[in-house]
Amino acid sequence: MLFGYNLSPILAQSVLGMVNGAFYALLSLGLAIIFGLLNIINFAHGALYMLGAVVSYLLLHFLGIGYWPALVLAPLIVGAFGVLLERTMINRLYKLDHLYGLLLTFGVALILEGIVRNSIGSSGVTYSVPEALRGATRLGFMIMPTYRLWVVVASFVICITTWLILEKTPIGATLRAATENAALVQSFGVNVPRLITLTYGAGVGLAGLAGVMAAPVYSVNPNMGSDVIIVVFAVVVIGGMGSILGSILTGFGLGLLEGLTKSIYPEASGVVVFVLMIVVLLTRPAGLFGKAA
Amino acid sequence: MSDTMLEVRGLNAWYGESHILHGVDFDVKPGEVVTLLGRNGAGKTTTMKSIMGLVGNRTGSVKFNGTETIGLRSDRIAHLGIAICPEERGIFASLNVTENLMLPPVIAPGGLSVAEIHELFPNLKERATSQGTKLSGGEQQMLAIGRILRTGAKLLLLDEPTEGLAPVIVQQIGRTIRAIKERGFTVLLVEQNFRFAATVADRHYVVDHGVVIDMIPNAELEQNMDKLHDYLGV
Repeated sequence: MLFGYNLSPILAQSVLGMVNGAFYALLSLGLAIIFGLLNIINFAHGALYMLGAVVSYLLLHFLGIGYWPALVLAPLIVGAFGVLLERTMINRLYKLDHLYGLLLTFGVALILEGIVRNSIGSSGVTYSVPEALRGATRLGFMIMPTYRLWVVVASFVICITTWLILEKTPIGATLRAATENAALVQSFGVNVPRLITLTYGAGVGLAGLAGVMAAPVYSVNPNMGSDVIIVVFAVVVIGGMGSILGSILTGFGLGLLEGLTKSIYPEASGVVVFVLMIVVLLTRPAGLFGKAA
Repeated sequence: MSDTMLEVRGLNAWYGESHILHGVDFDVKPGEVVTLLGRNGAGKTTTMKSIMGLVGNRTGSVKFNGTETIGLRSDRIAHLGIAICPEERGIFASLNVTENLMLPPVIAPGGLSVAEIHELFPNLKERATSQGTKLSGGEQQMLAIGRILRTGAKLLLLDEPTEGLAPVIVQQIGRTIRAIKERGFTVLLVEQNFRFAATVADRHYVVDHGVVIDMIPNAELEQNMDKLHDYLGV
């Protein structure tokens, strides 16, 4: 007990909030990587996350391919679709204003959602939790559905691994350098156009991966992307455009904040992220982890 | 291999609407150190960038070891064996000194080892984990030169490597250029400071208003001093 509150429901809600946070982190991480190198605000990100969930559903129902292989296959398929999208469309926009990239990717998002709505319907379909992750796990202060615990842990590991690749490996150094000055990096002999294509593929692959992990938590439906992407853009703004570590920490942090708000003042849980976004924009326009321009 | 390593003929270049180079012609032979001298805005840096493929709009002919490069992308040109040390140095702020040094991929054998680069520039070893842009101007210049010595590129384009540096650092860079010439590298150097250029170069091309207007062998520099003063407006 603290200030008249029983702490364990608050803790429990916070941990459940981390499940949402896990998806925010995975999605905003991909957005940050893409924005950093391509300077494109990828509005299709939510739709590609939805596509990850739909692909894993299709793999199961038409090919009998289950959750674990889908965890690898669906991100690869979504990533390959991203590569195609970058090669055929997005790469024509780099010399133009941000607005064009935003319009194109927003259009792609609408088309993808429309196709999925026509094929599986608006109400969506369910994807069951894999056998090994059914049931609940006792955490001491709460009993947590094992699958949700898996989502938080797996997402955290994936985010940290991605961050380590970007910060500690030669390919990460090349990517950071190209984000600063792509023309010079290319003049050293690096095939920057290919690097850009693969980076976009990897960024949307992360969205696809988040989609597979989300399939058993939420229903697989055409709107699941647009539901989450608005919050994810708020996460990116709060964390700081293009900041990798910032997007991971802010993603988990905001999930936690939403969870806390849900237990203390549930009515505010839907707006707390946006209130924080306004406060951050007023006080630190570059975001919590962004560098002032 | 032909007698000429770099053969530039009728090189034109534009930045947007501005026509900067109006038919630049010159040659560089293997193992030479050649400078481009000229006033501010004469087109020296644009010539370097055009050779490297960093200027979008360029016409004419740039042959490297007989291969035409005028239509190639900069990464393809790099793989033929040309590397640039740009005027603004181009040190990456998000990379530490070692990451900056290791960034350009090795494109051919024959580059210097990291140990050899550290021997030339001991500061780079001491500051290996510092953020690239936290280095002094001189150290950043050493890093910008050092990182292209590793790659095995045979023709190095050095754009004003001594600009804004203390005399003792300028001397160190002079020693470095002479040392890499001895190792068989070929250097094309842009310089404002022809007194420095005279200590390292074999020949000098004078660039003015986007064309090469004269060539002076280093041995004849003294006799041509009046002419040179006139060209450079010093």
